[in-house]
Amino acid sequence: MTCLCFLCVSRDYDELSSIMAVCIAVIAKENYPLYIRSVPTQNELKFHYTVHTSLDVVEEKISSVGKALADQRELYLGLLYPTEDYKVYGYVTNSKVKFVIVVDSSNTSLRDNEIRSMFRKLHNSFTDVMCNPFYIPGDPIQSKAFDSMVSAMMVQAC
Amino acid sequence: MYINDVPPLDMADDSLFEFLHMEIVSHVYKEHESRGDNDKERGTCVSLLELMGFRVGQGLIERFTKDTPSFKDELDVMKFVCKDFWTNIFRKQIDNLRTNHQGTYVLQDNRFTLLTPLSSGKQYLEEAPKYLAFSCGLLRGALSNLGLESVVTAEVSLMPACKFQVVVQKI
Repeated sequence: MTCLCFLCVSRDYDELSSIMAVCIAVIAKENYPLYIRSVPTQNELKFHYTVHTSLDVVEEKISSVGKALADQRELYLGLLYPTEDYKVYGYVTNSKVKFVIVVDSSNTSLRDNEIRSMFRKLHNSFTDVMCNPFYIPGDPIQSKAFDSMVSAMMVQAC
Repeated sequence: MYINDVPPLDMADDSLFEFLHMEIVSHVYKEHESRGDNDKERGTCVSLLELMGFRVGQGLIERFTKDTPSFKDELDVMKFVCKDFWTNIFRKQIDNLRTNHQGTYVLQDNRFTLLTPLSSGKQYLEEAPKYLAFSCGLLRGALSNLGLESVVTAEVSLMPACKFQVVVQKI
């Protein structure tokens, strides 16, 4: 009873069912960003740099999976690396497009399932963008539908 | 085009795509007829159809590989294309896959869905390439998005069977 009350009193945007990211990026297979969006109040360049360095870890994970057992060929890569303020998660599609999500470390109610479902939503929206005949593969993503899906997953700037 | 084997009740029928495809081929050729009938124009039509198929293949493969685990190697990719990809689009698998293990694959379909309405023998054999261009592009687009750049050609000797030859380009 008491724990329920505590959870309801916590911060406005920290709802029970959603994890808020501080930065979300979609990287093409040639390793340039197709879409990168971060919380505007913070130093954006720092996030760009974090995503860029995480690509090395992604590459390492992809190449090591090839030599591992067949049943480990998952698309979700998991926690790439933790920094002092943030945690970075990765996901790679079969078309070698990578998704990177950066989450605040202080957000302790993180569950693997929630991160997986965020990637799931990203992948679904990305597939829709890919199937849009007006989108040329390799171009930056400008779809409003994609934008609004990402906004729903990001920390709301107060 | 169905994602699972059982078509969901709110999806359209297969025949719609077959009719659309026939009309696309007819439209492309009609457009170019007005510019004079020579080999160069016919080559353009085939390229146009192939490019259309390419873009569609790229999008489709993204949708179909959303839930599958990543592929081990080239042969794994080709098997996926022959089974799941072909089944989702043409409601049947490729009947025979042959390879020389050096990047060349021959996919044989004994009853290619887009050719069955045309004939089942030697009649209209010379018209067959027009109706295969889009599917060649489809294959090429799908493979390209999975990381395999290739050249795809098709040949028909007896309708409605056809063979798609895929030569994977090594960089």
